[in-house]
Amino acid sequence: MTKKRGMTPQQRARRKFLNSIALAAGVTGVSLMGFVPVAAKKLNERLRPPGALNEDEFLAACIKCGQCVQVCPVEAIKLADLTDGFGVGVPHIEARDQACDFSCDGLQCVLACPTGALIHEIAFPSQVDMGIAKVVAPAKCLAVQGKGFKGQARGPDFKGKLRYAEIDRWNPIQVADHPYDLELCDLCVRQCPIEIQIIDCAKDDEKKREQLGLVAKRQPGECPPKHAIELRPIESSDGTKRMQPVILEGCVGCGVCEMICPVEPSVIVIDPTESREKSRGMRA
Amino acid sequence: MSGILESLRVLLGGDPKRVPKKEMPDEVRELHAHKFSDKERIEAIRIELAHKEQHKMPEKKRRLRWAVLIAVNLLFVVSYYLDIQLLEGALTASRFMGFHMADLNSALQVMLAFKHVVINLLIGTATVFVLWWLLGGRTFCSWVCPYHLVAEWAEMLHEKLRAKGWAMDIQFDRRSRTWLWILFAVLAFATGYTVYETISPTGILSRALIYGPGVALVWVGLILLFEIFFSRRAWCRYACPIGLTYGLVGATSPFTVHYKLENCYHEGECRKVCLVPHVLDLTIKGRAPALELDVGADCTRCLRCVDACPTGALTIKYKGLGGLV
Repeated sequence: MTKKRGMTPQQRARRKFLNSIALAAGVTGVSLMGFVPVAAKKLNERLRPPGALNEDEFLAACIKCGQCVQVCPVEAIKLADLTDGFGVGVPHIEARDQACDFSCDGLQCVLACPTGALIHEIAFPSQVDMGIAKVVAPAKCLAVQGKGFKGQARGPDFKGKLRYAEIDRWNPIQVADHPYDLELCDLCVRQCPIEIQIIDCAKDDEKKREQLGLVAKRQPGECPPKHAIELRPIESSDGTKRMQPVILEGCVGCGVCEMICPVEPSVIVIDPTESREKSRGMRA
Repeated sequence: MSGILESLRVLLGGDPKRVPKKEMPDEVRELHAHKFSDKERIEAIRIELAHKEQHKMPEKKRRLRWAVLIAVNLLFVVSYYLDIQLLEGALTASRFMGFHMADLNSALQVMLAFKHVVINLLIGTATVFVLWWLLGGRTFCSWVCPYHLVAEWAEMLHEKLRAKGWAMDIQFDRRSRTWLWILFAVLAFATGYTVYETISPTGILSRALIYGPGVALVWVGLILLFEIFFSRRAWCRYACPIGLTYGLVGATSPFTVHYKLENCYHEGECRKVCLVPHVLDLTIKGRAPALELDVGADCTRCLRCVDACPTGALTIKYKGLGGLV
């Protein structure tokens, strides 16, 4: 019986048992290494898709299937790699490369989510709470410098897309295929989905009133109740009057301003940490 | 009922029980006693096996199974790339033509970590539960899991290397899978993170196929290397909690591999090819306590044993369908 290195059956059984403990401990140990990026607060800086619960709940609830990725018309959502530890397979958005522009209208990613990691109670972009835009380098801003902008916002090689409703109501097109010619750069305000929706709602209301004498009835949040961004006059130190983008309460953190900003690196970036810390996934 | 309990016990890592000869029914004991009296039949089997050894035939059922496995996984990929919304998501959770499906182990991890279950997840979990109960439980492993396929290829390499003495096969205690299942359930509940999903080669491979490869594949590669050089099919045998979850579902499934003692001459061909050979201990000479038995819950219904058996002692059975299958 003792053919293997002269061990008795008892010794062999003991060795097998210890090996098995080591195997189980090893597998568990490797899995727990996934905690490192979480502990380092690396994941809190991730911009999550619309409706994402606060980070801890989001990581718990997400089943890592990527159905949100598949429905996004601008392919803004990506799944994280193993370098995100427990966050592997969890969706996030790199706003500078491709922001969420709500061109799906109905928050398709939220509808696709099978576990409620993207909160199902949310229905309109203005209820989203992904983060808040921050003007991090105002001195570099073209508007602040009094400059206009002409050409492709992010250059000819930029792959990011936006929906320009006036060109195609249903299909987003590449930003590179839509050059601008602006006397004063206001791209962040002009392309803000919340601001666009406010304008559209106002037009719609006006039309209904004029043509039918009706007051449009809307669901709460269907039309954004608050502005998200505006250009505000400032006076610089040498006395010249200039305009500066200011982020307002209605900002939902979709990241379009960060994506469209023609300055390198972007003057505006989204900060997802603060707003999502206590968020239940949507604005109250 | 006692059969199911025994099958669950073995699934959880227990050694198959040996029924003493004197407790067996008379006709079973009789059969065991006179098994090798038909010398001509045994000689015929020996010759047939020797012939098979020289002229290796393709394993038809294995090829069919691989085709199904690849087709299911490709359906995810094709559905996404062609945007036909036939099978959206990944193996962890998906929609098949709009119907929710959720992998049982992934759903369990999420439920324990999140401590809140939305109706869609409940529907998806129930659907998949019924589906795999009907299909045999661990059938998921051998017919769908992408890791199973690469592990089978790694196993072929492992066998070649072991024949040359370049690889070894460390045997672990099969209870380690049960420990890990409990550990990962407790970890999900206690930490609030779906800890197992971090290292699940099934989830990693499924997502890599659909959404593109990443660093996570290195982990899958490491498990495969471990299996190739140190322990045959170690992940599926000793670690994977998904396999145990589906094993529990399939314990009462109508779809099983069926054993007929009368046809069996105990050559052991079936156990050589089996991922979970302990479920085939009943084919060892003198073990089977009844004339006919269903193979236990840990069986992945890969059907390699059915192909390997030279005497037709192992067959596919679907209870309630009589002799249709």
